[in-house]
Amino acid sequence: MQIRNAVYFFREACKSIARNHLLSIATISTVTICILILGMSVLITLNTSTFLDSLESDVEIMAYLDQDLDNVGVKEVQEKLESLAGIETITFVSREQALQDMQETLGKKNYDLESTLGKNPLPDSFEIKAVDSHDVPDLAVKIEQIYGVYKVNYGKGVVEQLFSTAKWVRVVSLVFIFLLALGAIFLIATTIRLAIFARRKEIYLMKLIGSTDWFIRWPFFIEGIGLGFLGSMLSIIILAAAYGSLLNRVNTILFMPLVSGTNVLINLYLSLFAAGAVLGIIGTGISINKFLDV
Amino acid sequence: MLVQFYNVSKIYANGVKALDDISIKIDGGEFVFLMGPSGAGKSTMIKMLYREETPSRGQIFVASRSLVRMKKREIPILRRNIGVVFQDFKLLESKTVYENVSFAMEVVGANHREIRSRVIEVIKLVGLQGKEKSLPSELSGGEQQRVGIARALTNRPLLLIADEPTGNLDMNTAHEIMELLFDINRKGTTVIMATHAWELVKAARKRVITLESGKIYSDINPGEFTLCK
Repeated sequence: MQIRNAVYFFREACKSIARNHLLSIATISTVTICILILGMSVLITLNTSTFLDSLESDVEIMAYLDQDLDNVGVKEVQEKLESLAGIETITFVSREQALQDMQETLGKKNYDLESTLGKNPLPDSFEIKAVDSHDVPDLAVKIEQIYGVYKVNYGKGVVEQLFSTAKWVRVVSLVFIFLLALGAIFLIATTIRLAIFARRKEIYLMKLIGSTDWFIRWPFFIEGIGLGFLGSMLSIIILAAAYGSLLNRVNTILFMPLVSGTNVLINLYLSLFAAGAVLGIIGTGISINKFLDV
Repeated sequence: MLVQFYNVSKIYANGVKALDDISIKIDGGEFVFLMGPSGAGKSTMIKMLYREETPSRGQIFVASRSLVRMKKREIPILRRNIGVVFQDFKLLESKTVYENVSFAMEVVGANHREIRSRVIEVIKLVGLQGKEKSLPSELSGGEQQRVGIARALTNRPLLLIADEPTGNLDMNTAHEIMELLFDINRKGTTVIMATHAWELVKAARKRVITLESGKIYSDINPGEFTLCK
């Protein structure tokens, strides 16, 4: 593209936006609303996903050992655990430590739990964290079979339900975002088509005079990208202001912590900005060729 | 030889036969009228010249280039060498006279200085000095057609095609437009003009090709003209 032509394309795109100002406002509003809804659903998905990730990564296996297992037995169990694949950390919790933890959990009372119970009823145990929390149920079965392990606990039932809920939330969110993006493309394509339709006589003349297809396309693409940018910028301003003020007031919604990392949010806003341009390009691309066949 | 039609036929998708085995030759510098009733095939022939339509059979050459074999990307180059004038002027209502004319050069990527000097030159040629800033709606029909002609001439075409250019004008204005077209032709541009206006054709004493039902009914040269009614 020559600089002279580029200036002409930009001038034509700006003139067209100004000349068809009502249509331009309609397109910008459409893009703003689409990107706003898209941004909101991405934010909801992001927050839900982060929350689910943290829930999933908290899942760990407690392997309780037989009460009569001696130190050598404990060591053997630990070696067997270490030989299992897919385990990230193994922490030994002695029965004394467990009692102390329980005492702290129950609160500093003015009585001694051990003397109340008569003896320490808690067994030695291992806290096991898997590399991938989705492997927890399978690992639990393997650990249960190790000699010296009395019982394994990982929240059976609840964990499986958490994983399947998380999976469905992710799939439904992605489908929802995809459908919204399709809707945005359709609306932009329609508005750009109206803009092109209003100028079909001009396009016909340009073709007859001998301009190339790209010479005709460029101003429309610049117009489409420009409208996409303006629309996405507006929606980002609204979204950033609304989410920012939400973060200022509360840190959590229904015990779910809100994503507040600056990098994450900047990436999100930049992606939405780019999405506006991409939607503009796709929308224009869908509409323009129809009127170029002269 | 600037334009050649060899056994050209055109059958549209709906089965209508617009042209039936047409063969003609037009030399550079000629002024040719295309006559015939509505539906005779004049517009189809005209559209084939700037390749808005392609023949179903036969060959068309413009400046020795086959329009049938021409690749899509070569069409803009052909069109830059052909100026087209329409019955309904096809001016852009939101642009001034100057912009309507300069538009033809801008869209082919000419530079600013070149555009300015050429646009002033053609506006003067068609007699519209002083009207550069007027909008088409502020002009008479004849003046609007002059803008259309100026736009067709800006890129110095080899061939000027006029499709019923006087169809929407009164007889006096039509004569003025004809004089302008003859003047352009005298300066070397080949002109092909489709028209119904027998009065204008008779007075002009130029070559007349008459079409009827897609076939050539007659092809009369200026010398033979006195033989006709």
